[in-house]
Amino acid sequence: MTIVYEDRGDEAASEVPVRRIKFTINGQKKIAEVETRLLLSHLIRRGLGLTGTHMGCDTTNCGACTVLVDGRPVKSCTMLAVQADGHEISTVEGLATASELHPLQEGFKEEHGLQCGFCTPGMMMTAKALLDANPDPSEDDVRWALSGNLCRCTGYQNIVKSVLWAAGKLRSQSAG
Amino acid sequence: MSQALDEIKIGGLGASRKRVEDNRFIRGKGNYTDDITLPGMLHMEILRSPLAHARITSIDATRAWEIPGVHLVLTGEMMATRNLAWMPTLSYDTQAVLATDKVRFQGQEVACVIADDPYIAKDACEAIDVEYEPLPVIVNPVQAVADGAPVIRDDKENQAGNVIYDWEVGDAEGTERAFAQADMISKLKLHYPRSHPSPIECCGSIADFDRSTSKLTVYMTSQAPHIIRAAVALVAELPEHMIRIISPDIGGGFGNKVPVYPGYVCSILASILLERPVKWIEDKSGNLISTGFARDVYLDGEMALRSDGKILAVRMHTDADHGAFFSDAQPSKFKIGLMHSAFAAYDIPVAHLTARGTYSNKAPGGVAYRCSFRVTEAMFFQERMVQAAATDLGMDQAEFRRMNFVADDQFPHRTPFGFLTDSGQYGECLRVGLKAVGYEDFLRQKQEAKANGRLLGIGISTMTEPLGAGNSREYDILGIKMFDSAELRVHMTGKALLRTGAKSQGQGHETTWAQIVSHELGIPAEDVVVEEGDTDTAPFGMGTYASRSTPVAGAAVAMVSRKIRAKARKLAAHLLEVSEEDIEWELGRFYVRSAPDRGVTIQECAMAAYSNMPDGMEPGLENNAYYDPPNLTWPFAVYIVTVEVDPQTGVWDVLNMVAVDDCGVRINPMIVEGQIMGGLTEAYAMASMQFITFDAEGNCVGSNYMDYLLPTAWETPGFELHSEVVTPCPHHPIGAKGIGECAAVGGPAAFVNAVMDAISDTGVRNIDMPLLPDRVWEALTYRRDVSGAPPVRTDE
Repeated sequence: MTIVYEDRGDEAASEVPVRRIKFTINGQKKIAEVETRLLLSHLIRRGLGLTGTHMGCDTTNCGACTVLVDGRPVKSCTMLAVQADGHEISTVEGLATASELHPLQEGFKEEHGLQCGFCTPGMMMTAKALLDANPDPSEDDVRWALSGNLCRCTGYQNIVKSVLWAAGKLRSQSAG
Repeated sequence: MSQALDEIKIGGLGASRKRVEDNRFIRGKGNYTDDITLPGMLHMEILRSPLAHARITSIDATRAWEIPGVHLVLTGEMMATRNLAWMPTLSYDTQAVLATDKVRFQGQEVACVIADDPYIAKDACEAIDVEYEPLPVIVNPVQAVADGAPVIRDDKENQAGNVIYDWEVGDAEGTERAFAQADMISKLKLHYPRSHPSPIECCGSIADFDRSTSKLTVYMTSQAPHIIRAAVALVAELPEHMIRIISPDIGGGFGNKVPVYPGYVCSILASILLERPVKWIEDKSGNLISTGFARDVYLDGEMALRSDGKILAVRMHTDADHGAFFSDAQPSKFKIGLMHSAFAAYDIPVAHLTARGTYSNKAPGGVAYRCSFRVTEAMFFQERMVQAAATDLGMDQAEFRRMNFVADDQFPHRTPFGFLTDSGQYGECLRVGLKAVGYEDFLRQKQEAKANGRLLGIGISTMTEPLGAGNSREYDILGIKMFDSAELRVHMTGKALLRTGAKSQGQGHETTWAQIVSHELGIPAEDVVVEEGDTDTAPFGMGTYASRSTPVAGAAVAMVSRKIRAKARKLAAHLLEVSEEDIEWELGRFYVRSAPDRGVTIQECAMAAYSNMPDGMEPGLENNAYYDPPNLTWPFAVYIVTVEVDPQTGVWDVLNMVAVDDCGVRINPMIVEGQIMGGLTEAYAMASMQFITFDAEGNCVGSNYMDYLLPTAWETPGFELHSEVVTPCPHHPIGAKGIGECAAVGGPAAFVNAVMDAISDTGVRNIDMPLLPDRVWEALTYRRDVSGAPPVRTDE
């Protein structure tokens, strides 16, 4: 994160500890110099400008900031950016290709799995980790997998349907 | 003759059209306040009070100023020099922006820091030294009115104690007479606990004052941007045309994002002082402990009954704990919102309500959390009282409701508190619900289960909610009448741009408003773009809360479309070379009555408005409409829940939940059902786990999601929705009623009634929400009522 300080003739500004990290985000290799206390979510949102990863609660509860780190869902508000050094991160912006939506994205629209949209990226990333591991989940499997992600609008029923819709489409794609 | 348009195919009224806004949200391309970055933007953080009631003896910000990257430290003293230390609330009280004399609740804003980076701003907040002298703390209305209670609002002249208002409505004498004639009087007392709407996105703003143009632009999380513009103009004394409020995408509101918060004001002042954009994004604790809460009302009432089950009269008293500042967001005329909508669904001749509001050392607010101004408390008390009365009479709870409902042919019906309910089929909704849940069968199962030591229960709740404030005769906020607006521009190719004074926070206006235009004009919904939330471009409106969008702004959309159609008719007459009287309308097309094959489409009329208008006609095809509703809309619903309670632990599980909602004509059934499911989940949340309480020191218990429990996908039960009962609203242009909040309003009592039914053998009359397992266990074990009221300090 680049920060320009007011020059007040002291050395305090140069004392901010920074570290260089290398990581991959949505398939692209990056190098960043970050304050060691910088949260991964802030690196993603402010450093990389990927604002699809939302900050809801700052305490690992709501899951709006969920991203995948080496394929596993992680709440990025509770991981330091420096811990991402050498790892592979996926965010909601990496779900779709230039021409095609990911079946989860289609599923959320088809089954009305979102209202205000704030929890949606985190929900989809958690769901992606589930479907990568379990292509044919039951309703309970989906509910359990999503139990770390809060939604205040939908009541979850349509979110669960959305994930099952995506699972069905992914299965038919891989069968086809 | 040409083929008539299929309204469902073009995305008109009744189409479960997929949402337009989803296209950006599913890609992570939403544009929420915190997603916006402006050149040169600084960041603001707020220092909050750790104490609930204390005198501030000193604030020393020296160390904060010394931190590199800090641009400004604001304190109450500095705000006071600009007459901004206090601001008016939406209920004619004042609220501290930054504390000057003392702090009055835990989490109150004491100072703020503006820095290059939010991390630096947070560091600097911690470097501000504030010395406090603790004062005695008040956390409930009993303490507030006790002898010798400290006066919380000693800043106000003529404020002797902690009472904010004493208010009443109804007929005291008539009610007295009816009670004297009663065969039986049934009583109930309960506390509707304090809750917080808690949208996942917290509040925030980016103020951007441009010295060169003198224009202030504020991006903010507001459900009512136009009211904010008015408030900023009046409070900050800035010229209104130089203020532009933009509400971008909002990550849920539920009433929490209606009021004006100190953070907004501070970011605006900081931007003016520094002449740079200043961003403030609240953290979750800040949101939970300082912004608009809901409920926190003690309700006490009684019902006069005839032995055959007829309700003769109702008497109610409410003690509302408003926190440190009376900042309820509600129509000015009513002190306790629309609490007096209680019992509107029942044919009760006479009633009387008294209400007292008091200050406490808790956060201010009293917002309409997914409800129309205290209707949630009203309906909860109504349905708990009705169940208590049925139990006292020994009558079946469904039958007792049915015999006291306002009948279908009694509408419009004047309620004992003066509302005029518009329409409904209450008995039919109940019949559908009972059939869906298998009422008789469940009662048998319950008896069988009892023989095996299992506790099953069934709870019914009904609700009718006054939605869509105004009319302007009775409803205003700070004197601004409650109407709403729409502006429609039809371009020459027949595509259109619609703007309204409402502001979606997930309700899907971009999708549904286009459907209304489509219904009125036959323009395919996909050809209509909807914009809201920018006060420089959208017409003035009161915003989106209290389920008022469809009843008011939605009506304005229909009315402006009709104005467009009226002009298009003149254009059609011109194009078809007949007189206007000879023209007929079908969806999307005008035709000559005597020769139906001769016609022009709405798109052809639009082109003519720019290229071939008759002599003397003003060019263009655009208009606006301000809609002042003649009455509130009155949806009705029946919610029925069955539960099983574990007698060993007090844990209860939902077996089934049936919802029958009659909200009149549904614009988009998919979206309506989504809103009902969301509301039912909040109802389940309030009944089972979600509440904010305080310890005797005024420490907020529920200041983060570790303590403030919200149901996840795992706990939330499944819901069975019924839409077969439809009573169109008689006074709304398309027959629609509000719906977004009904389930959150009516749902809680269904869950509570079900649990109370399951444990009815104990004789326990009430357990306050949330029905945590330990409370149910306590009721089962000790056979006593369980209160959830905050504790009163006893060690002194």
